[in-house]
Amino acid sequence: MTLPGSWEMVVGLEVHTELKTATKMFCGCANHFGAEPNTNVCPVCLGLPGSLPVLNERAVELAMAIGIALHSTIAPSTFHRKNYFYPDMPKDFQISQYDLPINSGGYLDLPDGSRVSIERAHLEEDTGKSTHLGGSGRIHGADRSLVDYNRSGVPLVEIVSGPDIRSSAQARAYAAELRGILIATGASDGRMEEGSMRIDANVSVRKSGEPFGTRCEIKNLNSLRSLHRAIDYEALRQVELIESGGVVRQETRHWDENLGVTSTMRTKEEAEDYRYFREPDLVDLAPEQAWQDRIRLALPPMPAERRAALKERLIAPTPAQLDAVEVVIDLNLEQFVNAAIDADIDPVLALARAANELAGGLEGIGNLTPEAFCATLRLEQSGQLSATQAKTVLGELLAHGGEPGAIAAAKGFEQLSSDSLGSTVESLIAQNPDEWARYREGDEKLAQFFIGQVMKLTKGKANGKAVVAELQSRR
Amino acid sequence: MKTAEQIALDVRSGASTAQRELDASLAAIHARNDELNVFLYVDEDGARAAAKDVDDKVARGESVGPLAGVPVAIKDNMCQVGVPTTCSSRILEGWRPPYSATVITRLLAAGAVPVGKTNLDEFAMGSSTENSAFGPTRNPLDPSRVPGGSSGGSAAAVAADMTPIALGSDTGGSIRQPAALCGLIGVKPSYGLVSRYGLIAFASSLDQIGPFSKTVTDAAILLEAIAGHDPMDSTSLPEPAPMLSAHVNDGVVGKRIALVRELIDGADPDVVASVTRAVEVLKDAGATILELSIPELQLGLSAYYLIAPAEASSNLARYDGVRFGLRVDGEDVEAMNTATRTAGFGAEVKRRIMLGTYALSAGYFDAYYGQALKVRTQMIDAFKRAYAQADLLIGATAPSVAFPFGSKTSNPMAMYLSDVFTIPTNLAGEAAISVPFGAGEAGLPTGVQLLGPGRSEAQLFAAARVLEREERGS
Repeated sequence: MTLPGSWEMVVGLEVHTELKTATKMFCGCANHFGAEPNTNVCPVCLGLPGSLPVLNERAVELAMAIGIALHSTIAPSTFHRKNYFYPDMPKDFQISQYDLPINSGGYLDLPDGSRVSIERAHLEEDTGKSTHLGGSGRIHGADRSLVDYNRSGVPLVEIVSGPDIRSSAQARAYAAELRGILIATGASDGRMEEGSMRIDANVSVRKSGEPFGTRCEIKNLNSLRSLHRAIDYEALRQVELIESGGVVRQETRHWDENLGVTSTMRTKEEAEDYRYFREPDLVDLAPEQAWQDRIRLALPPMPAERRAALKERLIAPTPAQLDAVEVVIDLNLEQFVNAAIDADIDPVLALARAANELAGGLEGIGNLTPEAFCATLRLEQSGQLSATQAKTVLGELLAHGGEPGAIAAAKGFEQLSSDSLGSTVESLIAQNPDEWARYREGDEKLAQFFIGQVMKLTKGKANGKAVVAELQSRR
Repeated sequence: MKTAEQIALDVRSGASTAQRELDASLAAIHARNDELNVFLYVDEDGARAAAKDVDDKVARGESVGPLAGVPVAIKDNMCQVGVPTTCSSRILEGWRPPYSATVITRLLAAGAVPVGKTNLDEFAMGSSTENSAFGPTRNPLDPSRVPGGSSGGSAAAVAADMTPIALGSDTGGSIRQPAALCGLIGVKPSYGLVSRYGLIAFASSLDQIGPFSKTVTDAAILLEAIAGHDPMDSTSLPEPAPMLSAHVNDGVVGKRIALVRELIDGADPDVVASVTRAVEVLKDAGATILELSIPELQLGLSAYYLIAPAEASSNLARYDGVRFGLRVDGEDVEAMNTATRTAGFGAEVKRRIMLGTYALSAGYFDAYYGQALKVRTQMIDAFKRAYAQADLLIGATAPSVAFPFGSKTSNPMAMYLSDVFTIPTNLAGEAAISVPFGAGEAGLPTGVQLLGPGRSEAQLFAAARVLEREERGS
């Protein structure tokens, strides 16, 4: 979407990611999504009187890994208490980093070549999860509210971008690239639908070249799609408001996914005074250089680097192939593609099978070895399996594992001999003289007609390329 | 009553049993608890089980700890699994913690027998135990007077010979001041020496658990048992418990001890006289005496009454009616929070929550809380300079002897001044001990305070022991 006239949107994103630690941030409870409510709890994460927090070393390591991947500076940092009352926050304060975050500064380069600055990436604890039953479905007006404290004390890193984003598409690209980095560092599983990655967007509008306008913060963006839609909606709302003589108020707004609109949650005047002060129950956090270096050295290549490496193996890639590269990098499938290319399989075929068939069967990816993937593609490339058959074999490999040749045999995927294919083609030519004539005159589309007929007669056992070869030899 | 040291010796040797010692303790409690209101809860069953456990171990020839069979009173702001823990507040009435404080676990490991939970000023906010929601505790030495506070119940338990030792907590003087008013040894250990895990927080950066006892050696044995690093408390010092009881008779020869003007200014003449005499005794014992002025100490009270309430306002936010303790229903969740806190907290707690909330508020933070932090840093520096000149400091613990009920309740400032000499040690995170020495009005005991830098407990106990030997003749 483009804004009318010379209007420009200015967007900064705050991304909260849950860290994939075995235990919570300040206690030994399991950090595990989907457990029975209130089973992963203890005196510390329930905020019982007398309990004290002890910082999880692994959470610090993952926070540093994120910082390093975002080119941030890791500095001595402290924890503060953010004080406000809410039933899903057991201590009625949240332990967070405030003026001295563990990671400050940095940037993230997007696939389109643009760069978004990072202001900070700091550690904090998650709250519990409230469910409001009956009435409005929100806390006010609900009949009853239930709280699950399993999430209470789960470690989070909040990554705050600079106000550098100028379109909803760029915001989406930033979030997607950041998600890839979080997954690559091992810090997060990036599951937005489970709430392990949550995004708030600060949106304002201005005429190009003018100072920033008043911003609104949008909450409840649970997918890349809602991020995209909400930013567009909000920017346009602000432009229309200003153009009709109104003034944008600084406020926090709620995105309604069903209605596709943002609405006021609280105004600046209603904003809480969080009364931040140093958390006296924790000591300063100053990771020594050697520890930082260990994390830096252990960091795998980030998506941008992997993307570039994979693209280099393609000759003049088409836009569709570049999309396939994105999918393969996103889903961490490039080991299959690389193994296939190393085994002299057509990169385009390897990319397509990885981005479609493997991507579609991710839950079984553990059953598939790169060797089996290569063997299947080799059978397809040599014409021993049709495309349809190769896809079936891959599906079987993903479901149960095994050896591609044996699976093909068990499925009865023996290729038709060229003699039998030749006689099938002969008889089809005889039965369809008009089509054959048009094909001979150069109408290449008719090849598809004959392939289709052959497939029907052979129940898919024929290889499309072999059919074309048979047709060509009779032209 | 026997000392803890003697009880443990007798129980280990078979001359007595833990159960017999517990019976004596329970008899003393039953004899005077109604009158003095010392214990809010006597855990008779738990204590009997713990005592039997010790006796069984002795019978099997297994090793029992240094506090074998010693009954201990616990201030009711420390969690003990299954035992009601109230902080003397309606808001926690009926709450039974599902876990035990580290000090409780360590006491049990040392063979001690926790007998019950003692009264305190609500959430340890006060200097007379008059702020308890469950009624004041009386001073066993003169039941018309307060025992001091906030650990008044624990002090009274030892003073009334109900238990030989007790645990209190000291945020601004809450062990030392009642120790002085009840004629006991009371120790505020270095910050981080004793784990705070399971101590219900008043002001986290100031709170520290410590012992009450009648003898220096008993305090040393108790502190050794509960001190040392605890991985559950991030502010816990990294080292194991120091050797203390082995050093109580080290004396003060060659030690430089400074009498600090600001630690006696404004104290009653009787109290000052006791301090002056203590200085003479230490001098006679071989210490080098000097006099110092540390003007920064005068700022302590003001800084404390911003920092402690600020932390308390946050620490006490969790008493919201949602998960434990009192709940007073309301139309929505905010109304429920408000009704619960209005009904559950007493006046002093509310006063400090409001004070602390204000001190941290946007627009006031720098002028109040921020300024108080600067004063705190100045105080730490001032102590550092003083300890470059002297090994230990000496002054009064409290400005007066035990005062009558109601004499300061209408004037919070007068009550706050009870802690003027004790607060600086908490702000600096250092160590101090109150030693019963001399007497004042109505023959009531006066307390002399010895102060040292962090981790100076062994020296403090040795100096205290010099005064004790003078007073007790042994």
